[in-house]
This record gives sequence, structure tokens and C-alpha cells, in this order.
Amino acid sequence: MTHRLRVNPIACSAHGMCAELLPERISLDDWGYPIISDQEIPDELLAHARRAAAACPTLALLLERDETTDR
Amino acid sequence: MSVATPRLLDGIRPGRPLTLGEHLAVHGPPAGIDAAAIIDATDRAGILGRGGAGFPMARKLAAVAGRRGPKVLVANGVEAEPMSAKDGVLLSRSPHLVLDGVVAAATAVGARDAIVCVPADTPDVHSALEGAIRERDWHKLRIRVAPVRAGYLGGEETALVRYLDGGPLKPTFTPPRPFERGVRRRPTLVQNVETLAHLALVERHGPGWFRELGTPTSPGTMLLTLSGALPQPGVVEVPGGTRLVRALALGGSSAADVKAVVVGGYFGAWLPIPAALGLALDEPELAPHGAAVGAGVVAAVPDWACAVAELARVMSWLAAQSARQCGPCTNGLPAIAGALERLAAGRAEPGARERIAHWAGLVRGRGACRHPDGAVRLLSTAMRSLEAELRDHERHGPCDACHHPPVLATPSVEAIAA
Repeated sequence: MTHRLRVNPIACSAHGMCAELLPERISLDDWGYPIISDQEIPDELLAHARRAAAACPTLALLLERDETTDR
Repeated sequence: MSVATPRLLDGIRPGRPLTLGEHLAVHGPPAGIDAAAIIDATDRAGILGRGGAGFPMARKLAAVAGRRGPKVLVANGVEAEPMSAKDGVLLSRSPHLVLDGVVAAATAVGARDAIVCVPADTPDVHSALEGAIRERDWHKLRIRVAPVRAGYLGGEETALVRYLDGGPLKPTFTPPRPFERGVRRRPTLVQNVETLAHLALVERHGPGWFRELGTPTSPGTMLLTLSGALPQPGVVEVPGGTRLVRALALGGSSAADVKAVVVGGYFGAWLPIPAALGLALDEPELAPHGAAVGAGVVAAVPDWACAVAELARVMSWLAAQSARQCGPCTNGLPAIAGALERLAAGRAEPGARERIAHWAGLVRGRGACRHPDGAVRLLSTAMRSLEAELRDHERHGPCDACHHPPVLATPSVEAIAA
């Protein structure tokens, strides 16, 4: 099972916590909104990714199980 | 309005809709085939959505049909694209063909409710449709007409669903998509009215007949709206795969004084003329140029217009159409438009073109809907062919053509709200 991060861009209000907690996968654009790598989240980053998603004040960061690998 | 290959526009009369009797005399009665047969015929015909995305209709029908519980059908005739007029022509001249398509699609997916969305500011479309609805017996289907106070996002299906449920005309985060959870949380098929009209004819005549015109990848016919600087602008019906040179000729233009065409709509592509004249309105030919058939718009930008000023104005309009929900679109589109406006006025910051390209990259793919992607598609295809003009404005300021009246339509916000 693989995991990927996704942002709900409507909910996101550019707090930027995610980029601080997971710089390996998240950077910020010119306006402070997260640019999220579409790479899989490897096991060693999974705990950090969970923490970043949980820390988002608007719950806009989603850690999703990747269903595309099943198809 | 001229008809090159009449199918949808067959038999239409100037100035008024076909009555039910006239409609049946032109097209004959529906075949009355069942849900599975409709989906199968749609699949084999290869009907593509005509609202802009070009998505295969059969896949949408099957997706909604496969859900449980009561379904809803939304026929989208909002025609949010400012350069498009085809849906209004179809609804005001041949409303029964669209209604036959509504019945067939509702049968295919098992919908008991149908909502036909029309722009709030087009009374002739509304009255043609209401009149046609009253002429028919609706024992199995509850149908109503919903006037939509259109903005550009009326073409976006999640925004339309949200609006129909009493919310703002703004997209929602997906999933769920409307086929999973749409109007009143029911699985909802949102389909453009032209697409439904094609279905009405495929239901009658079958997929083989449909494919007698067009190409394997653009089967059947399509409605085009010819606009911009053309001697005879208007709506025409042509076979799929018609070449741009032919489309311009139907608009009365030899293309001699045309320097570019906008194809698809404002989410479409800016293609240089004469290079693009031989291109067919067909996915495999358009895709390498970043273009698609989209909503069937072909708008001519004449030699006498300033392409940079036109592009800057359209990008400003698109920036203003943002729902302002997602950060990259809310910030990025105005940044791009502002830089372009300053560049066109000869007040470009150093590196303006590079920054515009940088912002375009930041906006693409980062909205809840495809509005930013579409806007950036138009921008990047235009910038590719306008390099010399952009540099010229950057260095020397406005050109002589900058002061000509606008060619590409950008309706004012007041006009949209009226």
C-alpha cells in the first residue's frame, strides 16, 4: 500500500505549517501556498506526513492511500 | 447562421423554435430503445461532450447509471463561454431535439428529475424551452428550467451543482464528483445541451449513421461558433475534423487578414495563422499544439488588432472570473494579467515575460477546478506565437494597433449579472 499527499486548495489558507513539517515533499509558492510533490510517501516519511496533515489548521492537507496502484 | 451539414440544425426556422409537430416532421419520432441500448449506442457512436472537456458521453452515462438510488440529470445550456453562441441557437431553434436527448439520457441513467440550465439573461431561450416543455407529456420525468445568473464558472459541473442546491456558482473540491454525489446529494449526470441533442439523433438512427460524418476520433457533426473579426460570424454545424481554413471560410473569411485564431474557448488555445489553417478540429491533430475542440469556438484575431492588448484584456477577464477560492488561482491569475497589462502598456518590469511564465507554472493544476489550467493554456499557447510582439511592447510600449476597439469578447461583470 502506498500513500500520497494532496491538498484541498479551497480549504487551504496558506498557514505553511506543512512545508515546515515535511520539507522533503512540500515547498511553498510565491504566495505561501503549498506545492506538493506527487511522489509516493515512503515508509520512513509516513509519520512526518501524518503529523503535517494533522497540524494543518484548516485540515486541507490530505494523506491518501493511493488507489491508482490497484488499477 | 448558416448550416453546412445540418443534423442538429436541420429544418430550423429563423426567429422562432420548431414546434413539436415540425420537429417530428424533420427528425421523426424517437426509437424508444431501453437504457442498455442507449448506452451501447452512445458508446459505439463515440459521442464526445460538447461543453468543453470532450469527455466520452457513454462513460458518463454508465458511471451515473451504475450508482444506486434516484438520479438527477442536469442539461447544461448556460453557455458560460463568452465567445460561444451555439447552445443558445440550439435551445431557441430546436428545443425539442435537446428535450429528446434529455429523455434519452434520463432513461439511460434512471433519472426521474431533469433540470435544464439556461442563462438568466436570455428570455428567448427560456421561453422557447418552456414552450417546448409545455407541448409534451412528462409523465415519467419531472423537468424544470433553471435560469442561472451566469459567470464563467457556470460551465463547471461542480459549481453548477452547488448553485442548483442553493449555493454560490463556485466549484467544490473533488471527489465526490457529481456522478457520485450531485444535486440534492444524488448521483447526477451533467451534460451539455448539444451533447444531448446528438444523443437524441443517435437514439433514432444508431451509431453507424452518426459515424457517416466526421473522423474516427471526432465522429458526427459539431456546432461551431465563429466569432471575432469575421464577415459572417455565427453558428454553423460541420463534420468533426473540419479544417480551420474551412471554418474561417464559413465565417466569410479567406484568412488573408487573420493573424491568429482562438480555438475551443478562453480555456482553449491561441493558434497562429496561416500556420494553423490546415489543422483539423480533431483531437489527435490539435493536441500537439496544446489545443482541443473545446466548446467549438473559433474566434479570428485580425491583422489590424494588437494581439498583446487582446491577450492582456482576455487574461484580465479570466482573472476576474476566478471563484477566488484557491490561493494559486486567486493570486496567480491577477499577477499574470497585471504583468501582461503593464507589458502591453510599455511599463513592463525587467524580466516580465519570464515572471509571467513562472506564475503560469505555479497556477497550472493547483485549483479545485480547471479554470486556472484553462486560462494558462490560452496564455502559454499565445505567448509561444507572440514572442516578437511581446518583446516589441516590452521595449517600445503600445503599438499603433493597441488603440483599436477590442475584438475578443470580454463581457462586463454588469452584463453578466444583468
